[in-house]
Amino acid sequence: MLEHDVLVIGAGLAGMRAAIAARANGASTAIISKVHPVRSHSNAAQGGINAALTDRGDDWEDHAYDTVKGSDFLGDQDAIEVMCRSAGRALIDMEHFGVTFNRDDEGYLGTRAFGGQRRARTFFVGDFTGQALLHVMFEQLIKSGVRRYEEWFVTSLIIEDSQVCGVMALEIRTGQVYAIRAKTVIFATGGLGRVFEPSTNALIVTGDGMALAYNAGAELMDMEMVQYHPTTLAGSGVLISEAARGEGAYLLDKDGNRFMQKYAPNMMELASRDVVSRAEQTEINAGNGINGCVLLDCRHLGEALIMEKLSQIREIGIDLVGVDMIKEPIPIRPGMHYIMGGIRTDVDGQTNLPGVYAAGECACVSVHGGNRLGANSLLDTIVFGERSGNHAAEASRNVDYVEFNVEEAVRNEEKRIQEFLDRPANGDRIASVRLGMGESMNRNLAVYRNQEGMEESLGDMEQLVERYRTVPVENKGKVFNTDLVFGLELGFMLDVAPSIVVSALDRKDSRGAQARTDYPDRDDENWMKHLVVRKGETGPEISYAPVSITKWEPEERKY
Amino acid sequence: MNVTIKVRRQDPEAENTAPFWQDYTLEIEDNAVVLDALIKIREEIDGTLSLRCSCRSSICGSCAMRINGHAGLACKMQAAEALQEGGVIEVEPAGNMPVVKDLVVDFDLFWDKIMEVEPYLQPQGPEPEQEYVVSNESMLHLSGVTACIMCGACVSDCTVMEVDPSFLGPAALAKAYRFTADPRDGDDEGVSKDRLEQLNAPSGIWDCTRCLECVQACPKGVAPMERIMAMRDQAIEAGFRNTNGARHTEAFSESVEQSGTLDELKLVPKSLGMTNIQGLLNYAPVALQALKHGKMPPLMHKKIDGIENVRRIFEKVDETER
Repeated sequence: MLEHDVLVIGAGLAGMRAAIAARANGASTAIISKVHPVRSHSNAAQGGINAALTDRGDDWEDHAYDTVKGSDFLGDQDAIEVMCRSAGRALIDMEHFGVTFNRDDEGYLGTRAFGGQRRARTFFVGDFTGQALLHVMFEQLIKSGVRRYEEWFVTSLIIEDSQVCGVMALEIRTGQVYAIRAKTVIFATGGLGRVFEPSTNALIVTGDGMALAYNAGAELMDMEMVQYHPTTLAGSGVLISEAARGEGAYLLDKDGNRFMQKYAPNMMELASRDVVSRAEQTEINAGNGINGCVLLDCRHLGEALIMEKLSQIREIGIDLVGVDMIKEPIPIRPGMHYIMGGIRTDVDGQTNLPGVYAAGECACVSVHGGNRLGANSLLDTIVFGERSGNHAAEASRNVDYVEFNVEEAVRNEEKRIQEFLDRPANGDRIASVRLGMGESMNRNLAVYRNQEGMEESLGDMEQLVERYRTVPVENKGKVFNTDLVFGLELGFMLDVAPSIVVSALDRKDSRGAQARTDYPDRDDENWMKHLVVRKGETGPEISYAPVSITKWEPEERKY
Repeated sequence: MNVTIKVRRQDPEAENTAPFWQDYTLEIEDNAVVLDALIKIREEIDGTLSLRCSCRSSICGSCAMRINGHAGLACKMQAAEALQEGGVIEVEPAGNMPVVKDLVVDFDLFWDKIMEVEPYLQPQGPEPEQEYVVSNESMLHLSGVTACIMCGACVSDCTVMEVDPSFLGPAALAKAYRFTADPRDGDDEGVSKDRLEQLNAPSGIWDCTRCLECVQACPKGVAPMERIMAMRDQAIEAGFRNTNGARHTEAFSESVEQSGTLDELKLVPKSLGMTNIQGLLNYAPVALQALKHGKMPPLMHKKIDGIENVRRIFEKVDETER
């Protein structure tokens, strides 16, 4: 029998950090991931990780205030305090683990400026900080002796008498189904980017953990808050890092004007992401763009700086759109990038389900509120990954495994999967259902939203869920059946997508990433609150939760 | 544009498990990469085609495969560039790893080799309260290596691994260099020396034949072979001179410094070790063959004209290294 005190699902930064922490606390720990850990989407974080280091005159409270303001005052200030206080230690730990951070002339950790912050406190490795952190975290995972289930796909969460007992998982290479017993389960499965098309997110980012938890009764929170990143490539939607603007790049309209002057005269291109994306979309809608894009101009930064600090995004520009940023501006536009919402947790990663934790993008603590600051996501994964791992290890110490009928559970899951595989061809395709969902979401739940469009998407989701009930899997084999995995992932996406639409429809104000043309103002009197979604009998059910305010009273947001 | 993607497929569950080629003809955007075409095949034409892919931006390392016979990332290679005569692009699984299904290969051996180099930082001495203070240059240099995404393209095309699977290989050795060149890892008499001692053993740094395939295959500019060469220097520097490779290197450079050209006759005994009778005897048939075909190097090795200029180059190099 496979069994572990702590079972972490997902092996990106949050998951591996949680597993290492749980193991260090003496818990028998395993980590399970549908891809090899170093293929995880934490890789894609380019720009850096925020921390206020006191030995160079920065103050965690300043970082916290910038984060609160960036969140449009929807972030929970008690949680933000925890994150910003822990940032320095978390950063130094990563350096000691071996991350090759860029340095200043004296050999100390170097910083770059990032959006929405009054001071440069973003630490970085060129423009591939996430990859550098992820690979070092994997090195530490190897060293820790955590059991790894690589390329295993979790298909369901097992809960008996409202207590978690483990998961069912498919070993992708063999097609075998297994039950894994666990005293505690930590979700660290990342976001749900593929619910949108296009998205900066990798193809594996399909909201699996959010769906598994939600289906088991966990609460989701802030699901209407979807971040559109200001600089993504047309077509594929691939990310061009905020590091470009951090290093001084300009945003230009078709006539070469730095239009951010109109929207954020002080911070200009380095206003918070929601503000910059709205500015771009406004200009594009007014006909001041070129083919639905505006321009990111790095030419004045010079070849030397670009080659030292932005070399990978330069390569991406050359490879994917044939533009060398040393010589020409790159056409970019706002694109779906991140979800601030997720599985509702406290600062130790605990959800409303006993023994179930969540950390990283799949969780909502809520430290990002209505809008996440660039370079706060890597910090979030490491701080709350570690806290979840610590807490879960402690919680597992004096409890026993909950018994369940393993043979029956395996039989039922095999049967469910076989029935999916046995569906007859009907002319429909998994990819076409996903595309329908992605395009609908991107049409109506993007930078600007309104009642009519969102209702259309809600209807679309209902129809797509219907189609999903009969959509066939073309590959019937057992060995590395990626077609089957996509089919199951699509189910997860369709489980959570409606919670985004329902939340966005319910919130009748504009705040952070939610900009409603029919309710254009922030309404603190009625909507300074979190939206919480639970799975009800007939669909998502919404309730409300207060926002924690410790030091900083809501004020009008200007950059 | 219209392309034909020729995919080398294999299905362990089929009646006939032998590899076979399958052609897919489809329309793709002019600026599409090879991965776009494969995804389109999988999504719209044939869902049974298995491959790994995820980020679409050369950072996750999932989609390394052979394109027209050479390893690379499908998400980085422009289809228009890969187009061969008749609008065909040939796609095969990565080499030197067993096929699981279609374009999916088994990475177990790849990771086993990475594990062999103890792939995590091992600092010695007291840990500083804050960060290690090290030069930006040293970190930028290392970042050139940590940019490795473990895609396996270098391993796929390594010509040594093809004949000797015990070779640690370019990916694991580049990973090792990431530690041996890190000022924070070990100290000269401790971990750093242990690492080099291990790398100096058979199947390690001296087994690379410098064919350059890994440098060409790497999509991230990591240049594994150059890192292997740098570790050879590190090993010799650390006092590990008792290998054929180290002796060969020293004999080679000594000969050129003394005479301006290579004294091939002396190179063999000097590389193998002058007292290595068994090793030298093994070369006897080769020597006889060479003699028979008039390929024996001259017994008297002459200096070239202007040898003093060659020696000046050596002096200059010595100075800069110091």
